[in-house]
Amino acid sequence: MADSIIEVRGLVNTFGEQTIHQGLDLDVRRGEILGVVGGSGTGKSVLMRSIIGLQQPQGGQVMVFGEPTLDRDEEEVKDIRRRWGILFQGAALFSTLTVAENIQVPLREYFPRIDQQLLDEIASYKIVMSGLPGEAAPKFPSELSGGMKKRAGIARALALDPELLFLDEPTAGLDPIGAAAFDQLIRDLRDALGLTVFLITHDLDTLYAICDRIAVLAEKKVIAVGTIPELLALDHPWIQEYFRGPRGRAAETTVANNVSA
Amino acid sequence: MMSSAADFRQSVDGDRRAVRFSGNLTLACISDLPKRLDEVDGTRLLVDLSQVSRMDTVGAWLVHRLVRGREAEIVGAKEHFQVLLEQVSQADQPVKVRPDRTPPLYRVMGQIGDATSIAGRTLLGLLGFFGAVLVSMAALIRNPRRFRLNAVTQQFEVVGIHSLGIVGLMSFLVGIVIAQQGAVQLRQFGAEVFTVNLIGRMSVKELGVLMTAIMVAGRSGSAFAAQIGSMKLAEEVDAMRTIGLSPMEALIIPRVLATSLLMPLLGFYAALVSIVGGGIFSWLALDIPPVTFVQRIREVVPITDLYQALIKAPVFGLIIAMAGCFQGMQVEGNAEAVGLRTTAAVVQGIFLVIVLDAFFAVFFTSIGWV
Repeated sequence: MADSIIEVRGLVNTFGEQTIHQGLDLDVRRGEILGVVGGSGTGKSVLMRSIIGLQQPQGGQVMVFGEPTLDRDEEEVKDIRRRWGILFQGAALFSTLTVAENIQVPLREYFPRIDQQLLDEIASYKIVMSGLPGEAAPKFPSELSGGMKKRAGIARALALDPELLFLDEPTAGLDPIGAAAFDQLIRDLRDALGLTVFLITHDLDTLYAICDRIAVLAEKKVIAVGTIPELLALDHPWIQEYFRGPRGRAAETTVANNVSA
Repeated sequence: MMSSAADFRQSVDGDRRAVRFSGNLTLACISDLPKRLDEVDGTRLLVDLSQVSRMDTVGAWLVHRLVRGREAEIVGAKEHFQVLLEQVSQADQPVKVRPDRTPPLYRVMGQIGDATSIAGRTLLGLLGFFGAVLVSMAALIRNPRRFRLNAVTQQFEVVGIHSLGIVGLMSFLVGIVIAQQGAVQLRQFGAEVFTVNLIGRMSVKELGVLMTAIMVAGRSGSAFAAQIGSMKLAEEVDAMRTIGLSPMEALIIPRVLATSLLMPLLGFYAALVSIVGGGIFSWLALDIPPVTFVQRIREVVPITDLYQALIKAPVFGLIIAMAGCFQGMQVEGNAEAVGLRTTAAVVQGIFLVIVLDAFFAVFFTSIGWV
């Protein structure tokens, strides 16, 4: 099982006086959906931003696809960037472009010679794959609901057929029905396209429903990684509180009922 | 990464045409494959994928596009390829990619219509807002304990004291420019000495107040729109209302009052600094000693010029603050609206100030204050 797609070693992130990460280690295996949880301010988003190169850490090493991503030339990192897709918390769609044009942006940027007809076709099938109705393609982001924006964001993240998908709180701000449908979408895409998914979430239902393993951030590092039963066997107060609290128990019961039904 | 380009060969296999793919059928490796695939004809196909090493959804889409609508058999596809092919064929649904285009004439007409109705509604809205401000001022006068002195003095500081530096510097430079440009023109008639008249009357009557108004619109009018706008976005204004605070009394009246009261002071200050700037230029470049300069200024600038400035200034302040607060209160939706409304506040503020300045000029001339 040594096939790690992301390897983080000894990551250090500080903001002024405040240390966010101190010697953080994390491995993400190929083909898994890894959920990242932690209290507010434990640096979940900072970890993601360090891996994808939006944040320069003070120390440590990050390897993605077996190649280091820190302190590299822009040109060298470009080839690595092409192999991952990112969904930001607010979807971060370009507001002056339609959904279809948003999806075509990365395609045009990396492969300028693709003709317009194929670009349109690619945008169309990515839109359908992301569970958006066909009518959404010519719309602008401001005309979409929150859930549709996130789906359009996923479609853009998938534009270059990435092997690795980063999702920052994909179900935040969605109603429970929309959130459950989104969980399903993530799992379907993983199964169909063979993706590896790095998923930051607060949503216990998402953790129970689709994550293969869960990494817990606390005390400036990853204190535990494992399946939910493995984590529950640990005797850490925060983990116990998180999964054994009223909401954790409710999510567990829902999943148990779904399995038995 | 391996980069063996995607390719295919055609051959005839009985009554079918065989298309045999090889290499990586991926986005990075397809190059001119889509065009060449378009030229493949024949209604019965045999598609062989056994030589394909990698495939992504774009490759799967190209294969799907090739076999779509024809009688075709796909052989040699690995399990993973079959999943991808199935996914893209499920995703092949009619999608309209481009928005409907309206003809340019209709679009332009529509834009003109929209702009006109927006301008009309804004003007009406501003009038209504002015009315609302007056009503709550009247309520405050009847009930003076609700008056927020602290908020007003704080705005005094922000609108007035913090802008002394920039208004002073600007006015000083304006004074120098009037003196220099005036001297160059008047010298042609040998009337260089009248530069002093020009400096004195321009500064006191027009430019002191007008330039200050423009600066205050840029500094404070925009700040009002941005502050109130972001408070509206964060639902702070709604929270105030539910608690029973009136946003009009807490936010808008202090700003409007502070700006209206400070504009005459700032305008007077600007006029003085501008005269000083002109005076220094006259001394250094035109050899008019300061004593003579001050003497001449006292002779040529009538007191009515100062009255004009002091009457105009509070009106300008009122308009700038009202435009800022009104636009701030109109913010809805997202952060982009804050930016748009802030710009609108400055543009409207300056525009209305200049329109009113023209009215004032005609009015004061007609009552004999020339």
